[in-house]
Amino acid sequence: MQLPFAGAIDCDTHPAAPSIKSLLPYMTPYWRTQLVERSLHTVNFTFTSAKPNVPLSRRADWRAPLEEDANIVPTLRQELLDPFQLRFAICNVLHGSIALFHQDMAAAIISAVNDWTRDHLLASDPRLRASILVSPTDPAHAVSEIERLGEDKRFVQILLPVMGELPLGRRIYWPIFEAAQRLQLPICIHAGSLHRMATTGGGWPSHFVEDYIAQSAAFENVLVSLLAEGVFRKFDRLTFVLAESGVSWYPALLWRNDRMWRATRREVPWIERVPHEIINERVRLTLQPFDGPEDAAAMKRLIDHFDSDRVILFSTDYPHAHFDGLNALPDGLSDALIQRIAIDNPAETYTRLALAPQPAGASA
Amino acid sequence: MTASQVISHIDDFPPNTRKVVEVNGRSVVVFRVEDEFYALLNRCPHEGAELCKGRLGGLVVSSEPGEYDMTQENQFLRCPWHGWEFDIKTGQSYCDPRKTRTPRYDVAVKSGGALQEGPYKAEPIKVSLDDLYVVVHC
Repeated sequence: MQLPFAGAIDCDTHPAAPSIKSLLPYMTPYWRTQLVERSLHTVNFTFTSAKPNVPLSRRADWRAPLEEDANIVPTLRQELLDPFQLRFAICNVLHGSIALFHQDMAAAIISAVNDWTRDHLLASDPRLRASILVSPTDPAHAVSEIERLGEDKRFVQILLPVMGELPLGRRIYWPIFEAAQRLQLPICIHAGSLHRMATTGGGWPSHFVEDYIAQSAAFENVLVSLLAEGVFRKFDRLTFVLAESGVSWYPALLWRNDRMWRATRREVPWIERVPHEIINERVRLTLQPFDGPEDAAAMKRLIDHFDSDRVILFSTDYPHAHFDGLNALPDGLSDALIQRIAIDNPAETYTRLALAPQPAGASA
Repeated sequence: MTASQVISHIDDFPPNTRKVVEVNGRSVVVFRVEDEFYALLNRCPHEGAELCKGRLGGLVVSSEPGEYDMTQENQFLRCPWHGWEFDIKTGQSYCDPRKTRTPRYDVAVKSGGALQEGPYKAEPIKVSLDDLYVVVHC
């Protein structure tokens, strides 16, 4: 169904990533020269799973051909912000530079993407907010980006891929979490892999469909890692947003964590409460893609299993092809839950939304 | 209906051992930790394992990730099947104390003389007036 009101907050929007040509002005003379000399200025650094011609990566009626980067925001307005009557859209600019092995090159491009995001997205429309792009393979650069950009309240979270080199709960990543908590920035863990390792625990799959479906298992793994490593205990004010996870796997993982905790608690004694309570307080899931039943009664039962109306955040996952027309909400959600998902939960998760200049005509 | 039963001469129940006894139709596991006695129904409330086969140890707690503090030495019993931990003082499970608990029973050490006065069931243990005995109320 469609949103029944204006003013929703879209917590996972994907504007087209800028071309390297648009990023070069933000780089040092060395990298400006290097990228051109290596002919990398013609490469668009999109992930294999996100290339425009990959199934589901964009809806046929969305994202008019972008002849130049200047069209990115007008296209967003036309296809997303205006028709859905959004109050805010949080932009996750997915960029392949986070997967580079060359740390200095990766850092140069990542910083340029963030600068471009500020100057060309955030500055172009007051409804836009964005994530700070960082690479999990270089926590020191990630922290410096968070500190460099974190004072700008239009950046509302930190963006990390769900599959990196190690499970995200590991202590090597804790400096990123420390900086994020200090600056009141949630961590958004987004579907995607650096492809350092197979996207399934059993090895490399053959087809895109396997890669898509494997994402939800990766989210399960990451959530267990955050819990078991004690991240929720160590960073007790940090929220984790799982974006593009599929959502409906979540209740079963809560049950499984609760069961396992009773038997294995001695191994992880910093988990002092039943895990589903901790996870429901600290984790949020963006809505689309939503892997749910089509019938409304079954949907209601599924939602009841979440044991909380605070967990889900509205998202379109624009421009990916998950629904038709403006029907971004699955059928079977109550009016009260839609209000929570579309407005209250995002506002509570992203307290910075209230701190930056507001869109014209938007009520508080 | 409760019963009180002499289960052992104190000399036959050395420190840091356990006994399984039948009291009032129930299988009861009695622990002696140094000079303290504790008794629980010998049945895990989860899947029915015999708790007498579980390991008795401390409770590990943590002030932050990476910190492991052993506390309450020999006060927590781990079920042999799924590792659920039970406080032997209360019978309550650590993870779900309100809903997951096994019955606990009072244990006392009494002199043979005191036992002569009460409605205690002592057979087949022979009671001498001046000796000490372990009694379970169940």
